[in-house]
Parts: sequence; C-alpha cells; structure tokens
Amino acid sequence: MTALMRPALELSGVSRSFGAVRALSGVTLTIEAGKCLGLVGHNGAGKSTLMNILAGALRPDQGTLLFDGQTMDNVTVASAQKLGVRCVFQELSLCPNLTVAENARVLHPSIKGLGWRKRAGKLIGDMLDRIFPGHDIKPDALAADLSIGRRQMVEIARAFTVTDGGQLRLVILDEPTSSLDATTARQLLAFVREEIRTGVSCILISHMLGEVLDYSDQIAVMKNGQLVATGPVSDFDRQSLVDLMSGGEHPDRGVHARAAHKFENAPIAVRAERAGRGLPFIARHGEVIGLAGLAGHGQTEFLVSVYDAAKKSRSEIHVDGEVCFVAGDRQSDGVFPLWSIADNIAVNSLRVLRNRGLLARSLEHALAQKWGSVMNIKAPSLEDEILSLSGGNQQKALFARALATTSSVVLMDDPMRGVDIGTKLDVYDIIAKEAAEGRSFVWYTTEFEELEYCDRIYVFQNGRIVSELAGDEITEVGVIGSSFKDSNAA
Amino acid sequence: MSAEVTKTANESRPSNLSRQRLLRSLLPAVSLVLVLLLIWGFNPRAISYFGLNLMLNLAIPIALATIAQMCVMATNELDLSIGAFVGYVACVTGTFMATEPALAFLMLAGGIVVYMLAAVVIHLRGVPSIVVTLGLSFFWGGLALLIRPTPGGVAPEFLTAFLSWQPPFVPLPVVLAIVLALSVHVLLMRSSYGAILRGSGGNERAIRRAGWSILKAKVAMFALAGFFGILSGMLLVGVSSSADATMASGYTLLSIAGAVIGGAEFVGGRISPIGAVIGALVLQLASSALNFFQVPFLPGGRIPQEWQVGAQGVFLILILAARVLISRSSSK
Amino acid sequence: MTDIALNQSRWHFSNWPVWLWSFLGALIVWVASFSLAGQGASGMLVAALSFAVFTVLVGLGQMFVITLGPGNVDLSIPATIGLASAVAMKVMDGQNSLILFGLLAALVCGLAIGGFNYMLIRLLRIPPIVATLSASFIIQSVGISYGRGLQIKPPAALTDFTFSRIIGVPVLTIAAVILSVIAWLVLNKTIYGRTVSAVGQNPRAAHFAGLSVERTRLLTYLMSGVLAALCGALLAAFSGGSSLSMGKEYLLTSIAVVVLGGTSVAGGRANVPGLWGGALFLFMVSTLLNTAGFGSGLRDVLTGLIIVIAIALAGSRSASR
Repeated sequence: MTALMRPALELSGVSRSFGAVRALSGVTLTIEAGKCLGLVGHNGAGKSTLMNILAGALRPDQGTLLFDGQTMDNVTVASAQKLGVRCVFQELSLCPNLTVAENARVLHPSIKGLGWRKRAGKLIGDMLDRIFPGHDIKPDALAADLSIGRRQMVEIARAFTVTDGGQLRLVILDEPTSSLDATTARQLLAFVREEIRTGVSCILISHMLGEVLDYSDQIAVMKNGQLVATGPVSDFDRQSLVDLMSGGEHPDRGVHARAAHKFENAPIAVRAERAGRGLPFIARHGEVIGLAGLAGHGQTEFLVSVYDAAKKSRSEIHVDGEVCFVAGDRQSDGVFPLWSIADNIAVNSLRVLRNRGLLARSLEHALAQKWGSVMNIKAPSLEDEILSLSGGNQQKALFARALATTSSVVLMDDPMRGVDIGTKLDVYDIIAKEAAEGRSFVWYTTEFEELEYCDRIYVFQNGRIVSELAGDEITEVGVIGSSFKDSNAA
Repeated sequence: MSAEVTKTANESRPSNLSRQRLLRSLLPAVSLVLVLLLIWGFNPRAISYFGLNLMLNLAIPIALATIAQMCVMATNELDLSIGAFVGYVACVTGTFMATEPALAFLMLAGGIVVYMLAAVVIHLRGVPSIVVTLGLSFFWGGLALLIRPTPGGVAPEFLTAFLSWQPPFVPLPVVLAIVLALSVHVLLMRSSYGAILRGSGGNERAIRRAGWSILKAKVAMFALAGFFGILSGMLLVGVSSSADATMASGYTLLSIAGAVIGGAEFVGGRISPIGAVIGALVLQLASSALNFFQVPFLPGGRIPQEWQVGAQGVFLILILAARVLISRSSSK
Repeated sequence: MTDIALNQSRWHFSNWPVWLWSFLGALIVWVASFSLAGQGASGMLVAALSFAVFTVLVGLGQMFVITLGPGNVDLSIPATIGLASAVAMKVMDGQNSLILFGLLAALVCGLAIGGFNYMLIRLLRIPPIVATLSASFIIQSVGISYGRGLQIKPPAALTDFTFSRIIGVPVLTIAAVILSVIAWLVLNKTIYGRTVSAVGQNPRAAHFAGLSVERTRLLTYLMSGVLAALCGALLAAFSGGSSLSMGKEYLLTSIAVVVLGGTSVAGGRANVPGLWGGALFLFMVSTLLNTAGFGSGLRDVLTGLIIVIAIALAGSRSASR
C-alpha cells in the first residue's frame, strides 16, 4: 500500500503566459500514483493550460515537471504518450471520416499488418465494453455518424487503451461527462475508480462539483492561474468549493450605482421568448443586461440569433432598432487583419461615410478619430495596421466600431477575454455612459466582476435561460449557484 | 432533467446520419444502374460484351484519372493539372516507350517526383493547390508539346496486346474497373496507413497530435495521384493507339466530376474509391447514352454530339442537387 | 520576406508596392526581347498593350472573385468567353448597325452565367470552384451547339475600333485603363468593394460588422461573368471572328495575372495596377520566348514554371499575416 503512495507527477513553479495574459503562475502540485485528483475552477482559471502542459501540447515558460522522479524537458505529445500520459481533450480529437477502429489505430502505430482492423476494433471494443457496458457502438461505425456523446465515449475508451506492453500512468479527463448522460457518466466514473486501484493516476476536470466530490481522492481549486487550495476531498464540500472558486467574496461586495436605475417604464429593445429555452428574455432601452453561466452554454448562440433576428425578423425574437455586435473571439469574428485601425473602426458605419456615392476618406478618418479617442486607443496613428495593436487595443477598436454606429442595441460576446485591466475599466465607464444615453447592452461575460456592471443578468445552462437575477441578487455566489445546478446536487 | 434532454437529442441524430450516408453512398451505384437501363431501353444490343467494350474502353483512363484526383482531394486539395499530366504521360508513352523504355520510365518517374514537390510547396508555403496545379498544367502541356509537336506515335506492344485481350464473359474494361476499384479500396480504405492518410484530411490536428507527419501524408497522396495519372496516360495511348499533347485536357474536369459523383467531398478527407470508379463510368456512359436517345422534336431525332460535355455538367449538378436534398430531408 | 522584416519595414513596404515588381519584371523582359530581336521595341509595346487588354478584362473579374477568399475562383471564364463571343458575332451578323445589340447580348449572356454560377454555389452549397466548373461544362455545350458552323465576320466598324489608336496608343487600351480606374474606385471607394475585401478576410466578421455578405458574393460572380463576356466580344472582333476555344488560355492567365499582380490568393487584398503589370509581364515573357526562338512547348513549360515559382514566393506574404 505504501508503495503506491509515491508521487506519479510533480509540478513545481509552473508558469505560462500568452502575451500579456498570465494563464498560469507558479503552480506547484503533486499527483500521487493511484489517486484521482479533482481539478475545479471557473472559466479561465488556467485548468486547460495546465492540462495542455501535462499533455505535452504546451511548454511552460517556467517551472519543472517531474514524472516518476525524472525531469521531463521538451515534452511532446508523442513523448508524453510514450510515458503513459493520455488526455481526453474537450474539443474532440477523433477524425470524423474514420471508423471507431481506425481512430483507435491512429493512436497506436504498432497496430498494422494483416488483420489490423480486427485488432484495433477488438482493442477499442473491449475497452468500451469495460467502461460502458451495454453501449451500442460498433467498431466499424464512422465517427461522424456517432452522436456527440458516443464520440466522447469512444474518445475516452481510446485514451485507456494500451498496446505492446505500454503502460498507462496518468489519464487526464477534461470535462469528460459534459456530453454524457447520467448513466454513462456514472459508468465512466466508476471505471476510473477501478483503474486507479491498479496504480493509474487520474486528473478529473469538471464543472460538476458533485462528481468531483464523489469520485476524487484529492481536490485542487484554481483561480486566476493559481492554485488556491489543495487537499484531501474530505476537506471540501460544495459550498466551500464555490466559495474558493469565487475567491471567498461574499454578497455585499460592489453593488454599483447602476442598481439605482429604474427601467420598468423604458421601452423594450429586445424581447426573446424561445420555446423550450427556459425563461423569456427582455432588454429595455438603456439597460445593461448580462448573460452569465458557464462558457459555451448557449450565450453566444443567443447573441447571434438576436443579431440575425434584427436583420431578418423571426417570430420568437423581436428587436427594436438596429443592433451591432462586439466579437469576443477577435480573430475569428471581429478583426479584419489586412486593414488599418481606422478601416476596422469605420466598417460598420460605411453608409454614412459616403460623399456623392463614394466613400470619403476624410469622413472615415474623422469618425475613426472621434471614436478612437473616446475609446482611448493607444496607437501612433490610426492608419497603422490593426495587428500592430495589442490585444486590448484591438478590442477597443472593435468597441469603437460598434459604438460609432447608430445601433440602439449593442451585443457583446465576452469581449473582455484576455484584455488588461486598464482597458477594461475604460470600457466599463463608456458602457455606463452610453447606456445612460439610451443604448441597451446585452453582455455575455465569463467574468464575475463584469456582471456587477449589469442591471440584470440571465444565467444560461445547456442553452436554456435558467434564472434571472437583478440588483442585489447579482453576486458571484448567486451566479455560481445557478450555473452549477447539476443533477448530483439537485 | 437536463441530462434527459441531451440524451434524447443525441439519440435522434445518429440513425439519421447513417441513413443519409447510406443514401449518399448508393447514389453513384443507382445512377449507374439508371444509365445502363436507359441505354438498354433505347438500344438493348448496346448492353452486350462488345457493346460495353466499345462504350467503356475510354472510361478506364478516365477512371484512373478520377482515382488520382480523389487521392488529392483526400488531402483537401484539388489537382487542376491532371488532364495535362495525363497528356504528358501519353506523349511520353507513345513516343519513347516502344523504342527507349528506360528513358520513358525515367520521365514518368520524374512526373511522380514533381507531384511530390508540388505537395511540399503547397503544404509548406501555404499556397492554394489550385494555383500551383494550374501552373503545373502549363508545365505538363508544354513538355508534352515538346515531346510530340504533332499527334502521332505508337502504343508499345505490351499495351496493345494487353488491351486486345478478351477475357471470357466479362469485357476487359469491366474487369479493369473492378480490379482498380477494389485495389484502391484496399490500399486507402483497408490498409492501416491508409487510415492515417485519410485521417489527415479529416482532422489534421488529431493526426498530428498522435505523432504522425501531415507533410508525409500529403506527399504520399500526391505521389499516388501521380502514379494513377501515369497509369491513366499509358492506358489512354493503348486505347487510342496514338498520342497527342491535348488528348486528355478534358480529364481535369471529368476527374473532379467523377470523384464528386462517386461521393468524395472537398473537405474532410471523405473519399470513396469504388464510388469514384463508378462515377467515371457513369460519366462516360452518360455521354454514350446521349447517342441512343431518341428525341422526336430535335432535328435528326437525336441529341447532338456537342451536348455530351453539357450532359456531364448537368449530371454533376443533378447528383450534387440530389445530395443536398438527401441531407436536407435527413436533417429535418 | 519574413514577419519581422514586414513589420519593421512597414513604411518601406508600402512605399514599394507589390505590383511594382510585376511592372519591373515586364520592363526587364521587354528590354531583353527587343535587344535580342535587335528591333521592334515600340511594336512589342503596342502589341503588349493591346493583348494585355483582354487579360486585364478577365483578370479584373477574377480578381474580385479571388478576393472573396479561399475557394473562390471562377473557372467558367474560358467557356463564357467562347459563348459570349459567339452570341455577339451572331447578333451583330457582320453589320455595323447591330454592334450595340451584339455587345448587349454578350453582356446579358455574361450576367446569366454569373447568376447561374452563384445560384449553384448558394443552392447546392458546393465550393465555387466546382460550381463554376460544372457551369463551364454546360456553357461549353451551349456554345458548341449555338455556334455550330458559325463563321461570321465581325462588323468592320468594331474590328476597326479594336485596332484604332490615339496618338499611337490603342483605343482599347485606353478604354481598359478607364475601366481599371473604375474598378479601382469600386474596390476602394464603395461599400461593395469594402465588403469584398472584408468577406475575403473573414466572412464571419463581415457578417457581424453589418455587411451584406451574400449580396456581395452574387454581385461579384455577376461581374466576373460580364467582364468575361465583354472580353469575348472584343476578342472576337480583334481576331476576326469567334471560336469556342478562344477563351482557353484565359483560365490560367486570368488567375496568374491576379496572383502575379500582388492580389492575395488567400483573399481580402486586391490590386488593380498589378493586373496590368502581370498581364504585360506574361505577354512580354511569351514575346521573349518567341523571339528567342523557343517553340510553343518550351514557352508553356517556362511560363508554368515562372508562375509556380512566383506563387510559391508570394505564398510567404499570405503565410506571414
């Protein structure tokens, strides 16, 4: 028994930054052989970065990794795999055009020669049988034909397969149950407990606090790239985890002046009553509405449907006036990389920038200048390329683009991701000012502080609006409480 | 509660998807049967040993070119030079194969090397394959002209001997089509490295994460394309017994059309060798079929020769439209 | 060539526009050819300016299409040239009075083809490359069947017009320059042009920036069809009659001049002056290869190689962004 208590993996002082954002700072963590470590934390706490480092997909800027007492330098995905480290990533890494068996083969170069399909099929089939008894996945089914849940099952089973006397040492599961139903999720967790008894370690990353508490030996809580608490599972309960993830901050914090506003009589700017999608949504003119909940629970989709509804009316969503959109994922939804800052700001207002039918550079320049200085964009010249700006200033340009329009509704898709605090404070002030002038803001954010700038918030879960909080109810605990309503806790 | 919702949502999808896939994979075969039935309806004698031989002997080079195109499409690229390349191969074969076989083989092997280089350029420089291959089409066309300024040349004896072979019961083109379809199927769909090759078109990142080289996969696929292009050109000379630089210029379009009819997709590494061969046959038969159609209101009662190309375009559009309909009806 | 160089020498980069290289190339090749031939410098230039007109016409349409972003290419241009030239010649029927109608008919034909292309792309949800490819099959057949046995001479006035000069400069060239200026205005000074560039960089972002993505795509394919048709009609007048294979060489050249002229193959960045540089360069190269006594085979080999090499070098531009 004591032989199993040696550490499988030790991290000390591991840090990693992306540009100006420090995703991990000085994480020191020990994972014991034959133990399951539950890793919790809110969005952006650094869990995924940590996991990518363990999997060899990212390299730390600082710090050391000791695997089985040996320092691991220059870890690559392949070498980590050889050492027995396997990951189940959140985005699926199956090839949709290959069968289940072929996908298993991708991970095992040694399966080849005559009869390889049968061997690969048996390998993955047996593992599926072990983990998810009663599953109905055939090894020759195409991955694309499987439901998301089944694909996740294949991916998990594939991570546990070994060939050629290889050994499994550490399995990292990132939100493994997010697309599994209750039964298969329980099957998986039970299997993990069983594997652990053979000396395999496991890191379980999950937003389902219930399952983390039930199935882990130890728990580590992360916040803002740091480890805020570690210890045996018995030290924690649901409430203490929520408190730790939110930093122990409690209800009375920072209720802003905004709460004083009264909007009952303001005209409605956006009304959405989507069948089967939970509570109705209402935004009035001059209101700042927050969309909360865990990342990827339907907030962006909601914003996009409001945006499209304003262009082409839909029965479920009514929008009064024009809308504009501030992208959060700058690279994929917002920035035009070949253009100057000024062009990027002006693009949504081109209709008013014409002189005798042709776009007038002077008008464009004046508009960009005006909103560039309102947003306080720091650049030698607005004619510089947009990509010469820092991420935060690029984001300001996107805000400038939106505010320069005549739109009465501004949709914001978590626009402050990876933006420095100075920019954020600037933007918060401008939002408050613009709202006072009658614009409404619908603001999806993954950061609690920002929700406090909202008049009301809607909490999303699985694509549905599950609760509405206003004024004093907007607290971290309140939001986390509503977003972590999982079946185990209910 | 929420778990229940997601579960039912998940349950309803897969059966639809696989039904859709089944329908789609049946599409080429169904169209082949339809075309054969049509031909039979208009002229039953055409569906005979010699009739099929006649109608299909030109289909085999097209089928080979289609397979070559499909190999490139599996890597999410497109080859616009295959027609010119087949022409080049034909000129090399018709000019040198009979007299200087060593030189001819060297020149053909050089073709494969150029294909591999193209893959390297496309992958490492991140330039679109259509532009590179379009440039190469000039290159091959020019080389072919240099080798054969005027049509002519002779097919090497081994080729003519092989192509004049009459196997019992089943005409040679049909035998060749079956052999080609099955062997490429085994190579790409059944071999263990074939899975990696196709996977790199399906989810490049996943394949790279598992430690495989994407460059290698791409180069391998382009090399295969070159190889099948060579077979196509050689057989073309064998069938038509002379060579001409522009004799295969239509193959670029035909090969893409054939691969698409056969079920290949432009992204995602979805390919089907058997479908591609059938697609090429369908295209060839469809244009032959036009010769048999009796259309009362047209002068001469027949669809004119010049509509053969157009028929291929219409065919391609119809098949694509059928695909869209299938996926629409299944997604409801 | 690398990111760093590009970032640090931004001013240097914008002072030395990419299209200058294609002009420089054309100039060098021109000097080389007339020195090699020992004569005919101005004759070569005039010929180059005349022939460049047709390349530039189709190149303009292709440039807008390519600027729409990856996967957007109009492969139906050669077939459109063939069909439109036949239509124009047939409607004109060799009579000067019918020139306008003929041109109009050709343009309508181009519009129809562009609309058809877009419809295929939109309704069948297939990549533009295949849509325009399938369309070109059909157009070819329509062309063959329509223009069968067609040997109608172009109206004399139109032919004269295509050969006429003002102070030694071909009128067609002047017209094409004017058209290029208009294209430049459209590209840089209209919402449509801005949208083309935006869609080419990021269609999703363009949609979220309030731009009408689909309308822009439609207009672009229409324009490509119309310009190809115009090219077809003029080419028929220029070369004394229409032939269906007349457009064949314009498949590669239309794409090549766009790329050589500094338009980004990855979309989003178009370059009008570069088209002229590219077109002159290609013509000068073929003149040089002609003067050097190379046969058409070797000319094609070298042209193909030059294009592939130029594109491979240009690739670093799109890769660096």
